[in-house]
Amino acid sequence: MKKLINDPADVVVEALRGMAAAHPGLRVDLENRVVFRGDAPVRGKVGLVSGGGSGHEPMHGGFVGRGMLDAACAGEVFTSPVPDQMVAATEGVDGGAGVLHIVKNYTGDVMNFDMAAELTSAKTGVEVQAVVVDDDVAVQDSLYTAGRRGVGTTVLLEKIVGAAAEQGRSLAEVAGVARKVNERGRSMGMALTSCTVPAAGRPTFDLPDDEMEIGIGIHGEPGRRRVPIAPAKDIAEMLVEPILADADFTAEPVICFVNGMGASPLLELYLMYGEVAGLLEKAGVRIARSLVGSYITSLDMAGCSVTLLRADDDLLGLWDAPVDTPGLRWGA
Amino acid sequence: MTTQQELLAWVREFARQVTEHRDELTALDSAIGDADHGANMARGMGAAVEALHADPQTTAGGVFKKVGMTLVSKVGGASGPLYGTLFLRFGTAAGEVTELDPAGFAKAFRAGLEGVVARGRPEAGDKTMYDALAPALDALDESLAGGASLGDALRAASAAADAGRDATIPMLARKGRASYLGERSVGHQDPGATSVALLVAAAAATLG
Repeated sequence: MKKLINDPADVVVEALRGMAAAHPGLRVDLENRVVFRGDAPVRGKVGLVSGGGSGHEPMHGGFVGRGMLDAACAGEVFTSPVPDQMVAATEGVDGGAGVLHIVKNYTGDVMNFDMAAELTSAKTGVEVQAVVVDDDVAVQDSLYTAGRRGVGTTVLLEKIVGAAAEQGRSLAEVAGVARKVNERGRSMGMALTSCTVPAAGRPTFDLPDDEMEIGIGIHGEPGRRRVPIAPAKDIAEMLVEPILADADFTAEPVICFVNGMGASPLLELYLMYGEVAGLLEKAGVRIARSLVGSYITSLDMAGCSVTLLRADDDLLGLWDAPVDTPGLRWGA
Repeated sequence: MTTQQELLAWVREFARQVTEHRDELTALDSAIGDADHGANMARGMGAAVEALHADPQTTAGGVFKKVGMTLVSKVGGASGPLYGTLFLRFGTAAGEVTELDPAGFAKAFRAGLEGVVARGRPEAGDKTMYDALAPALDALDESLAGGASLGDALRAASAAADAGRDATIPMLARKGRASYLGERSVGHQDPGATSVALLVAAAAATLG
């Protein structure tokens, strides 16, 4: 394992310390491992709290700031944060208009956020709602699984919902926008290499040099299938086809997001975006906005994911609204 | 009657057993999960024993609520909320008493199981901790109803938990990270059912 770390046990807290040093506009609670907007709580605004295991940076801490999240809880690498952290975050962002928890659909994350919501309401009476993101088409959504995983749509959702909260919409309205984005977003990812969790010290799974995993999750969970390595145009097809098979994207324009898994250069991500855009044009899908880069990562995994979000005028307006965070910044 | 001191001994014995079996639990979890069950349970129960040492509790309810809150605060993942809820509900049902009779013990344990069900919504055959815990508590109730001592009833419960744990091997996982594996989860013993078998074995070893 070659990594820019000191002790593997200190990776998360040392990264948070660095984030605090690099972004004086944020307030980082190292004790609770929560990244706050510097001006939180914002009076009269719905507070947005997200969080999850570390290792997906810039998500979620890098999305804290005006126009996006109010706070993000950082768990251990690939492990859900605990309710104490979420309670601290919820109390810290409560500006009197309620708090929305944005939760990716993993068993641990869902249970810990559930407990945090119960504890917060019992303790302070703050109104808390939660939206669970489950957009990964690689997983069959059935009674026989934990359901679809929350992946790329989370990034688009946190941006759009952040803008809705910034406009002063109510908790019910903001939660409604969040559910609408989740219903309209679909993702599919792939890996060229495994990631290496610092505490484990070796790759999470073995992937031979001439093979790739299609349908991978963001923690190195297994995908749909393992196939021989192929040119980018074929990989693009393997990602776009299952998304278009799962939902109709021709009725309204889409936001198209090509995401890097952590170790794939932007050169390759733009190449992939070109392939994806070509396939969408052929399929009659109109792209209204795009995002290309590594925003929801899996440590040092090489590979990418594609996310499509069917957008209407309201969602596009919210997407275009100013945002000022370490990870996403425009119009600010 | 089971005294608060004996209940404390159970908690310590469970902590000792998950620490002793840490690598086994982790190996089971790396096959179908995320390879942290052994480390998480050992860390969480170690912290619970420390918390009870630092802030001694005088009642059964106090002991188990302390254990539950510590697990919820320290463990994370899915096992923190699930085991945390089990102990919290156990403590609430046991109440602020210094000893429990066998029926009160069984009732509190079942309240813990109901907490697990409320939190994770497992069903029989999903390949989870429920598949060891539910048969164990059925055996406990049945033995006590038949006039067995708490010690004998807990030994029957422990045997049922072990059988339930072994029965998870051919099951197809329908909950948690293991469910993403589908058919590939078959043939592996569930780590949560394995740690539950240790919990019941620890009770049989220390109570009655």
